[in-house]
Amino acid sequence: MQDFVQHLINGISLGSIYALIALGYTMVYGILKMINFAHSDVYMVGAFASYYVARAFGIEAHPGVGTLAILLISSMVCCSLLGVVIERLAYRPLRNSPKLNILITAIGVSLFLEYGSQVVFGADPKVFPEVMKDFVIFSFGNVELKSFDVTVLGVSILAMIGLQFLIYKTKVGKAMRAVSSNASVASLMGVNPDKIIAFTFIVGSALAGVGSVLVGMKYPKIDPLMGMMIGMKAFVAAVLGGIGNVRGAVLGALIMGLSEEMVVAYMSSTYRDALAFSILIAILIFKPAGLLGKYSVEKV
Amino acid sequence: MKRLFIALLMVLPLLASCTKKDNEITIGEYDSLTGSDATFGLSTNKGVRLAFDEINAAGGVKGKKLALITLDDQGKNEEAAAAVTRLITQNKVTAIIGGVASGRSKAAAPIAQAKGVPFVSPSSTNPDVTKAGDYVFRVCFIDPFQGSVMAKFAQENLKAKKVAILRDVKNDYSVGLADAFATDFKKRGGEIVTDVSYQAGDIDFKAQLTQIRSKNPDAIYVPGYYTEVGLIAQQARQLGIKAPLMGGDGWDSDKLSEIGKEAINGNYYSNHYTVESTDPAVTEFIKKFKAKYNETPDALAALGYDAAKILAAAMERAPDLSGKSIRDELAKTKDFPAVTGKITLNENRDAVKSAVVVQVEGQNRKYITTVSP
Repeated sequence: MQDFVQHLINGISLGSIYALIALGYTMVYGILKMINFAHSDVYMVGAFASYYVARAFGIEAHPGVGTLAILLISSMVCCSLLGVVIERLAYRPLRNSPKLNILITAIGVSLFLEYGSQVVFGADPKVFPEVMKDFVIFSFGNVELKSFDVTVLGVSILAMIGLQFLIYKTKVGKAMRAVSSNASVASLMGVNPDKIIAFTFIVGSALAGVGSVLVGMKYPKIDPLMGMMIGMKAFVAAVLGGIGNVRGAVLGALIMGLSEEMVVAYMSSTYRDALAFSILIAILIFKPAGLLGKYSVEKV
Repeated sequence: MKRLFIALLMVLPLLASCTKKDNEITIGEYDSLTGSDATFGLSTNKGVRLAFDEINAAGGVKGKKLALITLDDQGKNEEAAAAVTRLITQNKVTAIIGGVASGRSKAAAPIAQAKGVPFVSPSSTNPDVTKAGDYVFRVCFIDPFQGSVMAKFAQENLKAKKVAILRDVKNDYSVGLADAFATDFKKRGGEIVTDVSYQAGDIDFKAQLTQIRSKNPDAIYVPGYYTEVGLIAQQARQLGIKAPLMGGDGWDSDKLSEIGKEAINGNYYSNHYTVESTDPAVTEFIKKFKAKYNETPDALAALGYDAAKILAAAMERAPDLSGKSIRDELAKTKDFPAVTGKITLNENRDAVKSAVVVQVEGQNRKYITTVSP
């Protein structure tokens, strides 16, 4: 029983990490109907940005709230800039071309960042600076609830609520939804689609920046290919929850984290990914649009 | 016209690299100079270069200088195969010093075998590596031995009865060690309470570790590479697992303690040599290495050095520099006084020698015991 509770905590904590990345995927998809495969690599660049900032300030061994704030801000700024640059240089010129071209460009940008970073940062793993001290919040027998787990889950849920508010309760959000449903009509109504799309990328990439610091603090090993697998899983989580749906992304990510954990705990660690993904395929067979996604028939 | 010019520009370096100097012997080396286990390749390369510098300073081999061409395999099996092909067909190397990882050696060695180029692996411990053929040698011990060293150590020194195994399923080296350990430990009357796995590149091991914790083992055998082991040690301690971790020579890197921080201290692994040794061959090597690179050599550097020295000695003894002659002389290597012990290559072209068990203490490795074959 104690082990089960521990597995539950581990799974939710892993899931909330996927959630932070999944939110970025789902948000860009929700507005642009395009999958930004470079998102997880923006996250990787964010991790390296905070690594180098911590070294420049000499704070890699001074855990505390100040360090956390500095790293969060620098990583978010770096990621947002990168997100805007990618959008401006790679995606905007292709906005009116077929969807497939943009998709392939996104994969290209992703590979460019992964392998370009190996040249710039070096391919050997680096040790992420110590951001905060982990401590036990609550313990019961063998089961321990750690501050990092709670922080990551808390930040994911806050980010989800924040995005929900941004998209549905603010003027910018209204403009985003307008661009999403029809960009040319939205521009007739006085919305500047270029600005709104750039803004979407800023918010999505900033989330990746937050994610990179939180993941780095929990798993202090960063390398240029760190975004690959986590990005793949976060993307699947977003699809599972219903891509384009903010709450769905978090729900899907938690299910993803839990199913991986439980497969290792009670089935086989060797076939973890195979079994975890089979569970997802099974869910998608019954809910093709994802758990919270709406299945809409395209009118011709 | 412009296109033709560009094409010519691209072909030129290829032509240039084909020209070979008469007073030089080119030796090829490939290793992971980048990638997730980059310290392996960088260390080996430093050891090889140190050996070559010494040999050249002493007049070279057969009066010719040794020239080293090192290619990076980025830690990927397919790149290792490509690197060896390029070394042989394009650079026309006389012999090859292989890389660290067994998986990569398995991809690369058959190519050298097919072309009849002698291949010496410094530190690939998987038994299958030298089965590629009679041109493939290694200067280190093999996994069944390394696994049984730790099984013996777990039983005799740690008094462990129940051991859990956490292996990297994607890594030939790790799987080989885990199997060897399990067989030997059971033979000694011990019990393997659980055998779980992860994959290189994973960052979260809590599921596996929680499962291990529920079985309450006396020790945990984690024969992986240092990148993951550092994180595993941290997460094990976070889950309150107090049992010591044990591993193999894949732990041997400075990065182990950087990633694992305090959590990795007090754990044990088997290795090829220890810097605490008082053997003059070892102290001399450490002194020269420190003078050249200003750092303490790890076991991979020592093995790279040994591989280069053994290869050079065989080339010196050989009547000519054909692959066949060098191979025949390599096979005759007996009681070679190397840094990592006296090396004799047996009929399987593997080195037979003792292993040491060391304990991690920050950046230091405390010598615990020596186990002979």
